[in-house]
Amino acid sequence: MQFMLLFSRQGKLRLQKWYVPLSDKERKKISRDLVQTILARKPKMCSFLEWRDLKIVYKRYASLYFCCAVEDQDNELITLEIIHRYVELLDKYFGSVCELDIIFNFEKAYFILDEFLLGGEAQETSKKNVLKAIEQADLLQEVRLLV
Amino acid sequence: MPAVSKGDGMRGLAVFISDIRNCKSKEAEIKRINKELANIRSKFKGDKALDGYSKKKYVCKLLFIFLLGHDIDFGHMEAVNLLSSNKYTEKQIGYLFISVLVNSNSDLISLINNAIKNDLSSRNPTFMNLALHCIANVGSREMAEAFAAEVPRILVAGDTMDSVKQSAALCLLRLNRTSPDLVLMGEWTARVVHLLNDQHLGVVTAATSLITTLAQKSPEDFKTSVSLAVARLSRIVSSASTDLQDYTYYFVAAPWLSVKLLRLLQCYPPPEDGAIRGRLTECLETILNKAQEPPKSKKVQHSNAKNAVLFEAISLIIHHDSEPTLLVRACNQLGQFLQHRETNLRYLALESMCTLASSEFSHEAVKTHIETVINALKSERDVSVRQRAVDLLYAMCDRSNAKQIVAEMLSYLETADYSIREEIVLKVAILAEKYAVDYTWYVDTILNLIRFAGDYVSDEVWYRVIQIVINRDEVQGYAAKTVFEALQAPACHENLVKVGGYILGEFGNLIAGDSRSSPLIQFDLLHSKFHLCSVPTRALLLSAYIKFINLFPEVKGTIQEVLRSDSQLRNADVELQQRAVEYLRLSSIASTDILATVLEEMPPFPERESSILAKLKRKKGPGNLHPDLDENRKERSANGGTADHSSTTSNAKVLLLSCCLLIRMTHCFLIVTVTSPKVAASPTPSTDLLGLGSTITTQNSAPPASKGTSLLVDVFSENIAAFPVETPVAVGPVADENFSRFVCKNNGVLYENQLLQIGLKSEFRQNLGRMYVFFGNKTSTQFMNFAASVPADPTVDGGAQLQQILNIECMSDFVDAPVLNIQFRYGGTLQNVAVKLPITLNKFFQPTEMTSQDFFQRWKQLGAPQQEVQKIFKAKHSMDTEVTKAKIMGFGAALLDGVDPNPSNFVGAGVIHTKTTQVGCLLRLEPNTQAQMYRLTLRTSRDTVSQRLCDLLSEQF
Repeated sequence: MQFMLLFSRQGKLRLQKWYVPLSDKERKKISRDLVQTILARKPKMCSFLEWRDLKIVYKRYASLYFCCAVEDQDNELITLEIIHRYVELLDKYFGSVCELDIIFNFEKAYFILDEFLLGGEAQETSKKNVLKAIEQADLLQEVRLLV
Repeated sequence: MPAVSKGDGMRGLAVFISDIRNCKSKEAEIKRINKELANIRSKFKGDKALDGYSKKKYVCKLLFIFLLGHDIDFGHMEAVNLLSSNKYTEKQIGYLFISVLVNSNSDLISLINNAIKNDLSSRNPTFMNLALHCIANVGSREMAEAFAAEVPRILVAGDTMDSVKQSAALCLLRLNRTSPDLVLMGEWTARVVHLLNDQHLGVVTAATSLITTLAQKSPEDFKTSVSLAVARLSRIVSSASTDLQDYTYYFVAAPWLSVKLLRLLQCYPPPEDGAIRGRLTECLETILNKAQEPPKSKKVQHSNAKNAVLFEAISLIIHHDSEPTLLVRACNQLGQFLQHRETNLRYLALESMCTLASSEFSHEAVKTHIETVINALKSERDVSVRQRAVDLLYAMCDRSNAKQIVAEMLSYLETADYSIREEIVLKVAILAEKYAVDYTWYVDTILNLIRFAGDYVSDEVWYRVIQIVINRDEVQGYAAKTVFEALQAPACHENLVKVGGYILGEFGNLIAGDSRSSPLIQFDLLHSKFHLCSVPTRALLLSAYIKFINLFPEVKGTIQEVLRSDSQLRNADVELQQRAVEYLRLSSIASTDILATVLEEMPPFPERESSILAKLKRKKGPGNLHPDLDENRKERSANGGTADHSSTTSNAKVLLLSCCLLIRMTHCFLIVTVTSPKVAASPTPSTDLLGLGSTITTQNSAPPASKGTSLLVDVFSENIAAFPVETPVAVGPVADENFSRFVCKNNGVLYENQLLQIGLKSEFRQNLGRMYVFFGNKTSTQFMNFAASVPADPTVDGGAQLQQILNIECMSDFVDAPVLNIQFRYGGTLQNVAVKLPITLNKFFQPTEMTSQDFFQRWKQLGAPQQEVQKIFKAKHSMDTEVTKAKIMGFGAALLDGVDPNPSNFVGAGVIHTKTTQVGCLLRLEPNTQAQMYRLTLRTSRDTVSQRLCDLLSEQF
C-alpha cells in the first residue's frame, strides 16, 4: 500500500498515512486530486478505480471515506477488507466510533493504524491482538502517569 | 466535544480542536492557528522549563495544525526531547510527531537515532515497537544506515516477543524498499525464511510480506520459501473455519495471510518438485471449489475475503500458465462473476480476464464471453467498469472476432466518456491494422474513427493510415474514393482534411476519370476546407496543391492563382508564405519532367534507402560472417598482388578503401553501409553514391559463408588494388572508453591517440541512421598508406581531415555495437586502431508524447514481469535535474512532464524502431537525492529491449 487517506464528505482530510516518501507539496496535491475524484463518484459505483499508476480502493462509512492506494499487483478486495478491519478496530476501541472521535483523538487513530499496518502491509490481522497491544499501551500510560 | 474514552485526555488540545471546528471561515481558522502558534512558540522559548505533559500537549497541537495542512517550522527539538521521556505517553507523541514531520536532513537525525537506539535495546517490547514503527514510518536513508544491521538481528533472535518480530519484519521491508543496498540479509536468510513456520500467525503474516519483497529482489536466495509457503497455505486452506480463531475473518480462514502466500508464490515458477506442485494444485483446486459452495454468511465481508483469496489464486494460476484445467476453471469462475450483481466483482472479473486472455490455454475460453463483455460495455453505469470492458475486448481480440469487436468499439465510441475516447481510438486503430485482411476495411475503420472522434485521433493514427495506403497499391484507389466521399460532408474534422489532402494529393489521379471527381472538383473540395483549418493543415494542403499541379496540368492555372493570392504570398505565417512562394515558383519555372521528378508519388515507407539496403541484404543472405574480416583480408591478399593500382576510378571509392575501413559486425541486427566517403576539403557531390556503397553485415545464425563474402568481393573486387599487400594484422583491443558518452548524444570525439583523432557526427531517424566519421591527422607528418598506392589521394596530410559516411539500419534489437577497424601507415609502421562505434539501441528511439492517463494505461499493459527491468544504482554524477532531463531527451525518449505524481521523478516514452518491429518503451527514473541513488524502471513489450535500454541508460547518471 502506498498511502491511506480518511476524509469527510465535505472533503476535509481526517487522517493521512504515507508509506512512500513524498514531499509535503506532492502529498497535498495527491490528496486534493483524489478527494475530488472520489467525492464526484456516485454511491453505487464500484469501489475501485485506476488513478495514475495506482489502484484506488475506497469505501464510505457514514460521513467518512476511507481510501487506500495500492500498487498494480495488489489485491483490491483484501484491501477493501483492510479498510473494514481498521474501521472495526476503531469502532471497538472508541465504542461506536464516529468522525468526531477521530478528529479529537487523531493520535489514537494513528497509533491503532500503526499496530495494524506497518510499512503499508498488514502487520497483525487479529482484532484481539491489535486491541490488546493498544490497551497495554494505554495501561502503561496510566501507570506511568501515576508515578 | 465527545468524552475521551480511553487514555489520557489533553484538555488544552481538545479545547483547541473545538475552537478550530467552530471557526466560521478559513480566515478565522488561520487567525486562531496563528494565535496558537505564537503561544506555543513563546512557551517553548520561555524561561520556565516546561514539564513533560505541557511539552507533549504543545507538540500534539503542532501536529494537529500540521495535519490541517499548515506549515510547521519549529517544535522538532521538543518532540525529540519527548523521545527520551520515561513516560510512555510522552514518548509515543514524540515518535508520532517525528514520524509525520521528520525532515531527513535535519540536524536532529542523530539525536533521533540515538533515542531509537536506546529504545531498541531497552528490551521493553512496547518501547521497541514504538522505535521500530518510527523507523518503518520514516524509512529514511539515515535510518537505514543506522539500523539496517540491527533490525534483522532483532527479527531472528530467539527471545524476541512475537509482536516485536512482526514490527521488525515490516520495518525491514520498508528499509529494503527505500535503501535496498543497505539491507543485506546474508546470514539471516535461512532464519527469515523459517519464520513461515512460526507458530504465531501474526508473525507469519508480517514475515510473508517481508520475504515476498526480498524474493522479488533475489529470488534465488529465498527459493526455499516456496515449499514452506505451499505447506502453510495448504494447512490454512484445509482448516475448518474455527481452527484459526481470531485469524478467521467472517468465516474465512486467514484471508490476509493466504493472499500474501499466494503472492509470494507468484515470485517463482511452478514448483519443480512433483509433491509440492501437487499439493499446491490441490490448494488451488480447493480454493476454486470453495467459490462454488454456498456462502457461510450473507455479509459482504465474507464474500470479499473469500473472493480476495480466489482472485489471488487465479493470479497465481495465470502466472504459472501451465495447468490448462486450472486456467479454464479460472476462466469459467470469472465468467460467472462477469454477471454478478456486485459491481466490484464484475470489475475485477473483467480485469483478471484481461490477463487470462493472453494465455494460449485460456484465450479461447475467454473469447466465449464476448457477448457478456460487449453488453458490459453498453450497459455498465460506472465508467471505470466500462473501461475494463474495453481493455478486455482489446485483449481477447484476434482474427476471428476482430470485425465484431472493432465494430462494437466504434459504435461505443460515439457515446463513450471523454476520458477514455483517445484510448479507444488507439485501440481500434491498432486492432484494425493488426487484423486487417482486406485494407478497405482498415481504411473505412480509420475514417470512421476520425468521423466519430476526430478530436481524439492522434497524429500517429492518421500518419499510420497514410503509411499503409502508400505502401499498398491495391487500396489506393479505394482510399482516394472514400476520402473524397467523406470530405463531401459539410462539417468534417480537420484530421479528415489532413488525410484527404494527403491521399488526394498522391492518388487523386486514380479517381479523376470519374467526372464526379474530376481534378477541378477535387481541388475545389479540398480548398473549400482550407480556410477553416489550422496552419499545419493548410501547409499540408498547399503541398497537396502542388502535387495536383503535377498530377493534373489542367488545374495548374487555378492553383497558381490560389498560390499567388495575397492571403498566401503575404501570409503572416512564415511556413505558409514560404511554401506558397516556393510552390508558385516551382510550378512556373520547372519543366514537366522536373515537376514529375520532384513531385513524384511518395515512395513506400520506411524510407527509400531501406529498399536498397534490403536489396543488399537479399543478395547477401543470412549468415555468420563473423570471419568476414578474415575472408575479406584473404580476398584482398589474393588479389592485391596482381591488381593494377591505377584501375581505381572513383575518388570516392579510392578514399573508401584508402581508409582501410572495415566494419566488423559482431551481430546480425544492424546493417551499416558505407556510402559516401569524401575528403572534407574537396567534397564530392554524392548523388549516386548509394551505388558505390558497400554494406557489410554479419549474421550470427548459420550463414552460407561463400554467399556472405561474395558481397564483399563485389564491392571490393575492383578496388582491391587499393590495398597494399599486407599480411592481415591482428586487431588489437577495441577502444570503447568514450562509448558510453555517446549514448545520450550524437556528436563528439570518439577516439583519440597521439596520432589520430576520430570525431563523430550522427543523426538517426526511425530505424535508420547516418554517421559521419572524421579522421583527423594530429601529426604534422603524412599518414602514408591510408592509401599508399592509389594515385588519387593516398595520403592524409598532416593536420588534414578525412570524412567517412556510414549508413545504418537497425534490423532488430541488439546489444553489441559494431567495431570500426582502421589501418594506416605512419612513419614506418602500420597502425591498427579498432574503435567500437557508438551505435546503441536507443539511437532508434522516436519520442512519443502522451498524457498522464495514456502513460499509465500503457504502463499497466506492460505489466508482465519479463517486460519490466529495474535497476537501482548509486549516482555517479551530481544529481542535477536539468542535466538528467537533457540526458533522458538525449537518450531519445520524450520527457513527459506532469505525468508522475512525484515531480522529482522523470518519466519518458518512445518507440524503438527496427526494420521488423516497433517496440514501445516507457521509462521511469526515480532519483533519491538523499541516498544519492536512482531507481530506473524500463517497461517495453520486449524483454531484451527493456534490459538493453536499462543497461544503457543506467550508466549515464
